[in-house]
Amino acid sequence: MRTATTIKPEAERIYAFSALEKYLINTLQKGLPLCESPFAMIAEEINYQTANNAFCDMPVCDESLIIETLNNLLKLGVLTRFGPMFDAACLGGAFTLAAIDVPLSRFQEVTDIVNSFPQVAHNYERNHQLNMWFVIGTESQAEIDYVIDDIESKTGLTVLNVPKLEEFYVGLYFEV
Amino acid sequence: MINLALETGPSLLPLSNEQLNKLREIVEQGLPINSQPYLAIANQLTAMSVKTMPSTAVSEQQVIQQISTWQSDGLIRRFGLVVKHRQLGYNANAMVVWNIDDDDVDAIANQLALRSEISLCYRRPRRMPSWPYNLFCMIHGQSTQQVEMQIATIIAELGLSHIDKDILFSNKAYKQHGARYQRQVNT
Repeated sequence: MRTATTIKPEAERIYAFSALEKYLINTLQKGLPLCESPFAMIAEEINYQTANNAFCDMPVCDESLIIETLNNLLKLGVLTRFGPMFDAACLGGAFTLAAIDVPLSRFQEVTDIVNSFPQVAHNYERNHQLNMWFVIGTESQAEIDYVIDDIESKTGLTVLNVPKLEEFYVGLYFEV
Repeated sequence: MINLALETGPSLLPLSNEQLNKLREIVEQGLPINSQPYLAIANQLTAMSVKTMPSTAVSEQQVIQQISTWQSDGLIRRFGLVVKHRQLGYNANAMVVWNIDDDDVDAIANQLALRSEISLCYRRPRRMPSWPYNLFCMIHGQSTQQVEMQIATIIAELGLSHIDKDILFSNKAYKQHGARYQRQVNT
């Protein structure tokens, strides 16, 4: 868990990804093969496409090169993990988006209070009168209400609660 | 908590509830990056299970099939690589909020959902008088200017200039992950 993370955009744009790294980042966000040796299969696919002139500057790949490249990207902190995005509603959790109008003089203090709740994630400062936006994720709807009441009583501020009513699209994908 | 014990196919033994919960926990933390990641997970589950019941060894195929079942049943929306988008240069993130007539909101939301620039599109309740907006879209881009241009293009192409809206850029992320939130990064 990280708190008060200041983003340093310039420092984080220094990566010059190789052709192989770009391919892996762009392709594997969409899914990982579900077979016994997924990384060997990825290497085979790349070599097949290279043989068909799909790439110009791709090395000849094998399983160990793929594993080494991915582990290196993990170490660099570019990738978080290979994992599933579970559907929260299917798993029975309760989630909501919440916002607070925080007086600037109290911003750090209120940030510390809000982030002290383990149910709080993705707390962003945004350029609006409602300047603090975060997600609350809990086991039950009752726990959401409890967390909101608790945040309100500890900060003395009103929490805007805007749960999802209908979903039209989720397609988080970041191309490099 | 719903029942995770879904069909695992005719040929393979279903996993116990305890094994299913443990499997979910393991894959949520991420697959090991090695030659046979699903075998490594099966071995982990076996090591956990044989303590109590020696006959409950878990095979690589059972793990693969269970993840596949979760995918086809929609419990897992996507099983792939999770990136740190800010590390990839996606530093600008805008929440575009719209105040759309209730009669029109579904039609407009469906059009917005088709735009490749938009990564999330949700309807949420208005909270009057402080919050009149009922549709939320997220746009991730490499700079504020790029995202502003994308929004202008969307408004022009879909004819949305008459709709009351606001754009909330994020300045700082004060907390990026919560203990429970790993399950879904997009609520």
